[in-house]
Amino acid sequence: MRLVDIAHARSGDKGDRADIGLFARNAADYAVIKREVTAQRIADHFRGIAAGPVELWPLDNLWAIKIVLNGALQGNAARSLRSDNLGKCLAAALLRMEIETA
Amino acid sequence: MKSIRIGAGLGFYGDAWAPIAATLARGEVQYIGSDHLSELTLAILQKDRMKDPGAGYTRDLVPMLTALWPAARRQGVKFLLNAGGLNPQGAAAALTAEFSKRGWQARIAVVTGDGVLDRFDELRAAGDTLAHLDTGADIAGVRERMLFANAYLGAQPLVDALRQGADIVLTGRVADAALFMAPLIHEFDWAWDDWQKLAQALTVGHLLECSGQGSGGNFNAYGEHGWQSIPDYPHLGYPIAEVSADGTAVITKASGTGGRVDFDTLRQQLLYEVHNPHRYFSPDVVLDMGTLTLTDLGDDRVEIKGASGLPRTDTLKVVGGYADGWAGTATIGYCWPQAYRKAQATERIVRQLLTERKLDYQEIHTEFIGLDSLLGPLADTSRAEELNEVYLRMVVRTPDKRLAEAFPRQIPWLGLSGPPTASGFSGIEPARALLGLWPTLARRELIESQVQVTVTNT
Repeated sequence: MRLVDIAHARSGDKGDRADIGLFARNAADYAVIKREVTAQRIADHFRGIAAGPVELWPLDNLWAIKIVLNGALQGNAARSLRSDNLGKCLAAALLRMEIETA
Repeated sequence: MKSIRIGAGLGFYGDAWAPIAATLARGEVQYIGSDHLSELTLAILQKDRMKDPGAGYTRDLVPMLTALWPAARRQGVKFLLNAGGLNPQGAAAALTAEFSKRGWQARIAVVTGDGVLDRFDELRAAGDTLAHLDTGADIAGVRERMLFANAYLGAQPLVDALRQGADIVLTGRVADAALFMAPLIHEFDWAWDDWQKLAQALTVGHLLECSGQGSGGNFNAYGEHGWQSIPDYPHLGYPIAEVSADGTAVITKASGTGGRVDFDTLRQQLLYEVHNPHRYFSPDVVLDMGTLTLTDLGDDRVEIKGASGLPRTDTLKVVGGYADGWAGTATIGYCWPQAYRKAQATERIVRQLLTERKLDYQEIHTEFIGLDSLLGPLADTSRAEELNEVYLRMVVRTPDKRLAEAFPRQIPWLGLSGPPTASGFSGIEPARALLGLWPTLARRELIESQVQVTVTNT
């Protein structure tokens, strides 16, 4: 299964940091993403994009995980050479991640 | 119990104001807060100001308020806008001229004092190092190339402006949420150390500062309740906050508009561009989102409660922008069969020629539009062989503007003398100036002592 099947997400930019809010649809799915979405797995998934460390905050009140990818935007959006200079598609890229539900 | 309704204005320079007209017509608001400045907008405005010292504010201000003011005036709706950019006084002058021409009356306040580009020596002498907030680097390395530097001001000067009877408050750089916090602090007379209420106000501001993203726009969700289920995109309504004196808020939107306000659309906006959600810094309060509750009341109404506030810090964030080289770009398309292979071949030819011609670039970025330009290394390229078409896009980075301009000129001849079916060439793109950002901190009192509020009648 992929994250897109049980969660949704939005990404934004702040300097060289891309940030992603990841949202589970219910408490049961939240337990799954909390277990599956670790800083290490995120770092592996975004290899080639995020040069710096991954930070992660679970928010039980929102069934959400806040993810920050440091060093992910070639300095910042106005310095980046990429078409997706703001990292708007990074949330979608995260939703492609394979997870175990059992 | 008294409640105040505030509508979202623009979410960026270039955003649409038709949804604000809908809010004025059916949203029953007393205030509109409008955010025209992203981190990068000041760079655009700096270029304008270098050509014309009277410019430097966002040029959507005058047409927008010309379109909206008659309805706002009838209902006594007040505007708070950071459209002043680098030149709030210039913005006020332009607006005053237009209003006077039309015989319209308004009381316009201007907030100044956020610009610190010419105060670096003074700030450093007073003990602020202005070192890079993340890397700790010394500002000396970029100082000569700095184009703008502005502090994020809090809500205080905006509250002062409202207390002086302003109908329209024009600012430069302020915290985006301050545009929405100020009317609440003013109307409810909240104390500047009532951290819980200020935290609620900051939450409200954060939910409204990105226009349609707070009401179902850019809703990145799939399946049954996903983006395809958002009603009536063409008439999407911007969010409206209804706030009570105890800080409790309901986020909603004008009746008869498209979009959706529910737990899911608001959650996406709540965490947008937030770093540590337990320490969301603003000039007026530090918000912990960990105790917030969002309760879906149905009918596009969500109640917001329980935000935790921590005392504000002694520093304000300053962001500077400095010239950081040039980009040269070239784009060319290829169709089936072997579209991707042909585009890849062209990339190799271009790279070989750059080497032979000793055109030395700091970085050469390649992407294939239609395959990986938005997902980069995370794109699935397993079906690339059968693509109907793909565009090669190459971008170079260089400190030399002439080298950036030279790059796209290496491409056009390959239309007749390279791999087959080259098409969709869009001409020689001009070189693009790149910008580095310099986030840092400055002591609050050094900034706030220079802030001024000026109120005049048109």
